[in-house]
Amino acid sequence: MIEFIQENLIMVYLLVFTVVLGFELISKVPTVLHTPLMSGANAISGIVVIGAIFLLRTNDSGDTVKMLIGSAAIILATINIAGGFAVTNRMLSMFNKKKKD
Amino acid sequence: MLKALLDIGFLIASVGLIFGLKRQSDPATARSGNMLAAYSMIAGIIMALVYPLDVEGSLDPVGFGYILVSLAIGTFIGIRSANKVEMTGMPQLVSLFNGLGGLSAVLVGYVELLNLNKDAESYYSQAGSTIFALVVGAIAFSGSLLAYLKLDGKLKDSQVAVKGHQYINYALLAITLVMIAVVVMSGANNVMVSILLVISLIYGWSFVAPIGGADMPVVISLLNSFTGLTAAAAGLIYGNQFMLLGGILVGASGTILTVLMCNAMNRSLWNVIAGNFAGSGSSAAAGGPQGSVREASAADTGVMMYYAQKVVIVPGYGLAVAQAQQYVKQIYQILSDNDVKVVFGIHPVAGRMPGHMNVLLAEVDIPYDALLDLEEANEELATSDVALIIGANDVVNPSAVEDQGSSIYGMPVLEVWKSKNVVVMKRSMASGYAGIENPLFFKPNTQMLFGDAKKTLADLVSELKNL
Repeated sequence: MIEFIQENLIMVYLLVFTVVLGFELISKVPTVLHTPLMSGANAISGIVVIGAIFLLRTNDSGDTVKMLIGSAAIILATINIAGGFAVTNRMLSMFNKKKKD
Repeated sequence: MLKALLDIGFLIASVGLIFGLKRQSDPATARSGNMLAAYSMIAGIIMALVYPLDVEGSLDPVGFGYILVSLAIGTFIGIRSANKVEMTGMPQLVSLFNGLGGLSAVLVGYVELLNLNKDAESYYSQAGSTIFALVVGAIAFSGSLLAYLKLDGKLKDSQVAVKGHQYINYALLAITLVMIAVVVMSGANNVMVSILLVISLIYGWSFVAPIGGADMPVVISLLNSFTGLTAAAAGLIYGNQFMLLGGILVGASGTILTVLMCNAMNRSLWNVIAGNFAGSGSSAAAGGPQGSVREASAADTGVMMYYAQKVVIVPGYGLAVAQAQQYVKQIYQILSDNDVKVVFGIHPVAGRMPGHMNVLLAEVDIPYDALLDLEEANEELATSDVALIIGANDVVNPSAVEDQGSSIYGMPVLEVWKSKNVVVMKRSMASGYAGIENPLFFKPNTQMLFGDAKKTLADLVSELKNL
C-alpha cells in the first residue's frame, strides 16, 4: 500500500485534489439547482465512453463478441451523456426563461 | 507530436469540465456551464478517437465503424428520450441514464478483466481498477434500475424488502468481497468473473431494496457518484487522466450532493441506507387517529383565499403526479391580480428530487422570486392567512417538531400550522410516503379538501373566477 502510494505519488495528489475540488464546487449550490446539477453530473459520469472507445480500438476487430460488447458499452454511455446533457439543458432553459421577465 | 498535442487537449477538456460544473452552481450561468461540460465531453470523445495507442490495429477502419455507429445510435436515443420525457418523469429518466452509465462500465470492465494477463508486472493494480469498475458499475446499474422502478411506481417497497434486510445486505457484501479476492487470485477466468458480476448485480438491487421510495433521490445521487467512481477506475485502466478527473469530480460532487440532501431531511446517510423509515413507521402509526377532521369545499377555500392578504402554497409530489401545475399558475395569477400576496413554500425534498418542484413550477412561468425555500417560507407562514397544501404530507407533519417519539422527529418541516387557516388537499386520509400519521389534519385550524388534485384545483380555479 505504502509502496503503491510512493510509486504513484503524482496520481495520488491528483486524486485528492480532485476530490477536494469536487466538494468545493458543489457545497455552495442553492437547492433549486440540485436536480439540474445531479442530472448534469450524471451526464459527465458517461465519460466512461472514452474507455469504451479505447477498448474497441485496442481489441482485435475479428473478435466479434468483444467488439459487440464494446459497442454496447459505447451506446449505453453515449445515451447517458447525450440524454443527460440534453435533459439538463431543457430543465435549465426553464429557469432562464424566468430571468428575462 | 500528435500524442503530446492530444494530452494537452485532454487537459484543456478537463478544465472545461471543472468550469462547466462550477458554472452550474449559479442559476445565472448554469445553462452555459452545462453546455461547456457537454462541449468538453464531445472534444474528449473526438480526441479519444484519434489518440495514438501503442497497439497494433488501433487504427483499424472496421473498429472505427463499430465505434462511430455506436456513438450515433447512443446520441440519437439519448437526445430523443431527453426531449420526450415529461418533467414529472425526469427523476426516473436520470436514474435510468445513470444505470446505463454503470452498465457501460460493467461491460468495459468485463472485457478488460478477461484480457488481463496474470503474469504481467502491473497485474494487481490493473486487476484492482478493472474489478472496481465491474463491481461498482454493476451495483450502480441494478440499484438505479430498482430506483427507477420504485420511482415509477412499478414496484412497492414491501414487494422487494424483507424484515432484517440489512443482514442480507451484509452477507451479500461479504460474499462480494470474497469473490473479488477469488477472482484476483484465480487470474480472472470467465466463470469466476461471471459469478462476481451476478453477485454484484444482486447486491446492488438488494442494497436499494429496503430504502424507502421517498428516499430515492438520495439513492440516485449516491449511485450517480458510484458511476463517477467507476468511470475514474476505467480511467486508471487506460491511463487516461481526463476520465480519471471527470469520474472523480462526479464521485465527489455526487457524494456531497447526497449529504446535502440528507441534511435537508435531518437524517444521516446511514439512516437513509438502512431504510429505518419503513421499519419504525409501524410504531408511530400505532398512535392512532387523534380526533375528528373538518372538511372544506372548493367554494369555501376559494373565498378564503380570495379575501386573504397572504397565501402560502405548499406543493408536494401529489401536484406533480396530477400534472396540475397549470391550475396552480392560474390560482397564482387570479390571486395576485386581486392583490393577494402569493408565495410558494418549497421543501428541499418536495417532489422526487431536491429542486424538482422548482423545475415544475418554473415550467408554468411562476416567477422565480415567488418560490421560497424552507426558512423563508416558515417566516411567511407565521403571518399568513391561508396555507394551501397540495399533495404534500410528510414535509408538513408537526410530529417532526412536537412528537419526540416520531421517526421523523427533528426533520425540518414547513410549519404550516402557524398560518391562520390551513387547507390540505389530499386524495384520502392515507398516510404519506413515510407511513406516519399526520396530526396536522386534526388541528383546529385545519380543513381537508378531499379529492383528485387536478380536479379539485380545476374547481378551485372556476370558483375563484366567479368571485
